[in-house]
Amino acid sequence: MKLFRFLKPISSAPVARERLQILLEYERRMVSQSSLIATLKDEILAVVSRHVSIDPEKIHVSVDRGNGFSTLAVGVQIPNQVASEGGVLQAGVAGQS
Amino acid sequence: MGKVIVVTSGKGGVGKTTSTAALGAALARMGHNVVVVDFDVGLRNLDLVMGAERRVVFDLINVVQGVAKLPQALIRDKRLDTLYLLPASQTRDKDALTEEGIARVIFDLRSRFDWVICDSPAGIERGATLAMRFADEAVIVTNPEVSSVRDSDRIIGLLDSKTEKAERGERMAKHLLISRFDPGRAARGEMLNIQDVLEILSIPLLGVIPESEEVLRASNLGAPITICGQQSAPAHAYMDAARRLAGEEIEMLIPTEKVGFFTKIFGRRAA
Ligand SMILES: Nc1ncnc2c1ncn2[C@@H]1O[C@H](COP(=O)(O)OP(=O)(O)OP(=O)(O)O)[C@@H](O)[C@H]1O
Ligand SMILES: [Mg+2]
Repeated sequence: MKLFRFLKPISSAPVARERLQILLEYERRMVSQSSLIATLKDEILAVVSRHVSIDPEKIHVSVDRGNGFSTLAVGVQIPNQVASEGGVLQAGVAGQS
Repeated sequence: MGKVIVVTSGKGGVGKTTSTAALGAALARMGHNVVVVDFDVGLRNLDLVMGAERRVVFDLINVVQGVAKLPQALIRDKRLDTLYLLPASQTRDKDALTEEGIARVIFDLRSRFDWVICDSPAGIERGATLAMRFADEAVIVTNPEVSSVRDSDRIIGLLDSKTEKAERGERMAKHLLISRFDPGRAARGEMLNIQDVLEILSIPLLGVIPESEEVLRASNLGAPITICGQQSAPAHAYMDAARRLAGEEIEMLIPTEKVGFFTKIFGRRAA
C-alpha cells in the first residue's frame, strides 16, 4: 500500500502551526514595545511639562531594533522663546535588546 | 455578587453569539440566575438566537442613558425562567455607550444575577474593549484556523491590559473555547488540532464544540442549542463547558470523526 502514499495530500496543519508560532512571538514583542513607547511618551511629557509648556503631539519616541542592541530615540519640540538655540531637545539612548 | 463573563474573540463569525446563548442557557438549566447581554450595538443578533427578537422594547443604551429602568429592558426567556436577555440597540449611535454608564449597568446586573454573560462584538475597537472592561473572567472563542488563533492572541493581550481588573493589577482568568472543530479534518492534518491551539495560546481549555448542522437548526428555531437540541454533540459539549465554568471538574471529551461519539483524550482538564 506504500505505493499509493504519494496520493495523500501533504498535511497543512503543521505548516500553520509553525507560521503561527513565529508570527505570534514577533507580534507579542511588538505589542509590548508599543506599550513601552506609549508609557515613555506619557512620562516624558509629564516631566518636561513641569518646566516648559509643550504640545503633546510634539514628542516623538521610537525604538530602532539593531543587532545585539536597540536604540531609543526621543525628540521633544519646545517653543523658541524657551530654548535659546533651535528648540528641539534630542536624546539617544542605546540599550541591550 | 454575580460573576461577569465576557465572550470574546477578535475575529468575527467564530461563534461568540452562539456560545453566549448556549452557555447562558446551560447555566440557567443548572438552576443559576443568568443574564446574557448583547454588546454588539448596531449588529445585534443575540435576540434572534435566543428567539426574543419580537419582544425587544428597551435596550442596553436606553438603560445606560436612563430612558428605561433595567427591569423594563430585561426579557425573560419563555422556556427557562432563570434566563434573561438584555438586548443591544439596533439603531442608535455606538458612542452612546459610555464607560461610566456601562459600569453602572454591570454593577446593577451583578447584584441581580449569578452570571452576567457579555456577548462581545468582533474586532478590537471600542465596542469590544467596553464589553470586556468590567469582566471578571473571559471566554475566548477560537476556531482551529490561523487567523482566528492570531486574533485570539491579540484579544488575550487586551484582556491583560485594557480591563479594569488588569489595571488593578489582578489577573483575569481566561478560558479557551474551541468552536467549529471538525474532527475529520483535524485527523487528516487539514486543520490545527486541539493540542496545537492550546500550546500556541497557552490558556486552559474550557471545551471543544464540534462543527454541527444542529447549531444552524437551533438558530433557525430561535433557541440556544442547549435548550432545543439537548441530545446533540454540540449541546453536550456546551453543557460540559458550562459546568467547568461553574467550577466542576469534568473530563474533557474531544469530538472524534463519528458524530455523537467521543473519545477520551485528556484525563483531566488540559492546562
Ligand atoms: N459549532 C458550530 N457548527 C456549525 N455552525 C456554527 C457553529 N458555531 C457557530 N456556527 C455558525 O457560525 C455563524 C457565526 O456564528 P455566531 O454568530 O455565533 O458568531 P459570532 O462570533 O457571534 O459572529 P460576529 O463576530 O459576527 O458577532 C452562524 O451562522 C452560526 O450558526
Ligand atoms: Mg455575534
